[in-house]
Amino acid sequence: MNDERPPTPREPDKPEPAFTPLGTPPEPPIRPREGDIIHTGPELAVGEADVRSAERAEFVTGTSLTRDAWRRLLKNRLAVFGMIMVVIITLASVTGPFLIRQLTGFTPDYIPTDVAALKSLPPFTAPDGSFSWLHPMGTDTQGRDLLARVLQGGQISLMVGIIATLMSLIIGVSYGAVSGYLGGRLDSVMMRVVDVLYSLPYIIIIIVLLSMFRGQSARGQLILLFVALGSVSWLTMARIVRGQVLSLKNQEFVLAARATGVSTPRIIFRHLVPNTIGPVIVYATLTIPTVMLTEAFLSFLGFGVQPPIASWGSLTTDGIQNIAIFPWQLICPGVTMGLTLFSLNFLGDGLRDALDPQMRKF
Amino acid sequence: MSTRNGNLLEVKDLRTYFHTEDGTVKAVDGVSFNLRRGETLGIVGESGSGKSVTNLSIIRLIQSPPGQIVSGEVVFDGRDILRLTENEVRRIRGRRIAMIFQDPMTSLNPFMKISRQLMEMTQLHLGHSRTQAHAHAVKMLETVGIPDARERVDNYAHEFSGGMRQRVMIAMALSCKPELLIADEPSTALDVTIQAQILELIKTLKQETGTSVILITHDLGVVAGMTDHLIVMYAGKIFEQAPTNELFAVPGNPYTKGLLRSVPDPTASRGTLYQISGLPPDVAHLPPGCPFAPRCDRAEDICSKEFPPLVEVHQDHHSLCHFATEVYAESVAEKSKVQ
Repeated sequence: MNDERPPTPREPDKPEPAFTPLGTPPEPPIRPREGDIIHTGPELAVGEADVRSAERAEFVTGTSLTRDAWRRLLKNRLAVFGMIMVVIITLASVTGPFLIRQLTGFTPDYIPTDVAALKSLPPFTAPDGSFSWLHPMGTDTQGRDLLARVLQGGQISLMVGIIATLMSLIIGVSYGAVSGYLGGRLDSVMMRVVDVLYSLPYIIIIIVLLSMFRGQSARGQLILLFVALGSVSWLTMARIVRGQVLSLKNQEFVLAARATGVSTPRIIFRHLVPNTIGPVIVYATLTIPTVMLTEAFLSFLGFGVQPPIASWGSLTTDGIQNIAIFPWQLICPGVTMGLTLFSLNFLGDGLRDALDPQMRKF
Repeated sequence: MSTRNGNLLEVKDLRTYFHTEDGTVKAVDGVSFNLRRGETLGIVGESGSGKSVTNLSIIRLIQSPPGQIVSGEVVFDGRDILRLTENEVRRIRGRRIAMIFQDPMTSLNPFMKISRQLMEMTQLHLGHSRTQAHAHAVKMLETVGIPDARERVDNYAHEFSGGMRQRVMIAMALSCKPELLIADEPSTALDVTIQAQILELIKTLKQETGTSVILITHDLGVVAGMTDHLIVMYAGKIFEQAPTNELFAVPGNPYTKGLLRSVPDPTASRGTLYQISGLPPDVAHLPPGCPFAPRCDRAEDICSKEFPPLVEVHQDHHSLCHFATEVYAESVAEKSKVQ
């Protein structure tokens, strides 16, 4: 190997090439001179396509955070499944009772006048025992269409979930952001209030509240339920947002905003709150199933939604009473609720993975 | 508009303390200086010497608690900023006194488009409408040399490089044509070539708009070419104050001499680099004497016992040292020897 290499001019035992005895000047190394055209192999040639792609690359705008998160969410199969299920259940709950009424004439609280139909029919069964699409989930003990009732229960659950989440977004986010940003004694006081509310057994509070106003109409009871659930759902959100704001408020962009004369409310709500959006979205999606479950639990105990309005919790209670004879009365609302809660949790987890910058991987 | 003696800003005996569990930290302790219209003032010093706190105190951005401006006056254009209401100060911030911060990576809001951050300034202070503010934002980005300003204005901060972000910060700071620009280590986080560009930009814009500038830095090379006056701070106090040329030529304070000697000399090929021995003192527990005494080459008994006086060694040239006149005389002698 070594022999093949041309001797370098500065080898220690050889003097400078100029002193070679024969006087032949050493061959100078070949260097491209100005104007030379250097031919390279085709693999090295820069083609027009490369130039174009390089040009284009310069104009490729960076993917936005939202698009990035969206892409990561779509890669997560469970989250996609959850998202699809949530969409289906939501659409079904919103339009379902109306469609059923249009197609079959059954409303969730329609009790057949025909005495023969006053019994619980198994799914896909007509009153005469033959196969029928009339009641895909069967009917309950009073002969009411179970599918219509389950979908109405879905409406209630979604409403409870959405309202409680909205409450937690509005109250929790502003409370937490204000407390975290202003800091000091105010922060201590505000957070102790949250601690106190936290330490109260909220299920008992809700039960007391609901039983105090028992005499109300079904609708009044429902509103009371929303208020009760909403008033406890913002506590964790306040803590999360406060923590975020605490870590954000010492960043230089807040100082920069203050140095440009931006007012404190504007700094809190325009500069800081949008920066907490990731954890807020995640927690909000995870609040929905929690609140739904609480509502179901309360209705199961008989404190929540009052008949004739149905909710997944109250349907389950009815189902449990007849579990041995009419198992579909428990299975149908139970499975629907379980599926919804699973889906929402999968979606929430997926969102957390997608939005959490710590988990970012490409 | 201006005050009687042409000073835009007069800081008198400013003291900013931080009350911590560890005791009271006297971050700024009796700082006084004047700044004329159109002039550039440099403030140099080691980390923790109170440079930034001085300037945050000027526009009252000290977090309180734990910080507190204990005493002093900051007379800006004839009015004492420290006695204004919070709303009045807010109208000055950004409108008449603007700031640029050290780290361009974190001083832009990552969730807001550049345009919105630039527009916020002029909508707030100049009463611009959305379209006006947007046009102004584009114009400002062009002024600070951002190519394709029209498209770039709607980008987010993360789509800009460090140098470009600092340009955006400068655009933001200058968008209301402030009378005073406080640049808090504007080039520290940038690499050398970008540093030069940014400083050149500040210099040019300053000449165009006639803005006064306070330039905070710990890089003596940066202030040399940029400033008219120079303040050397140490442990919350002004150690030396002089016109820039004079301070570089004939320093009258052992600390300044040490700082100047610590700048590596590229022509000296070998040998160890000079450094001031020791660390900056803990400003929460300052000894009674000169805070620099433990690190000073020429400290004597008196230095650790008595606080040094502020001596005027030459016209407009003050030095905080027991031996100020001697140090100054030495510098003059050294300089004439070199010549």
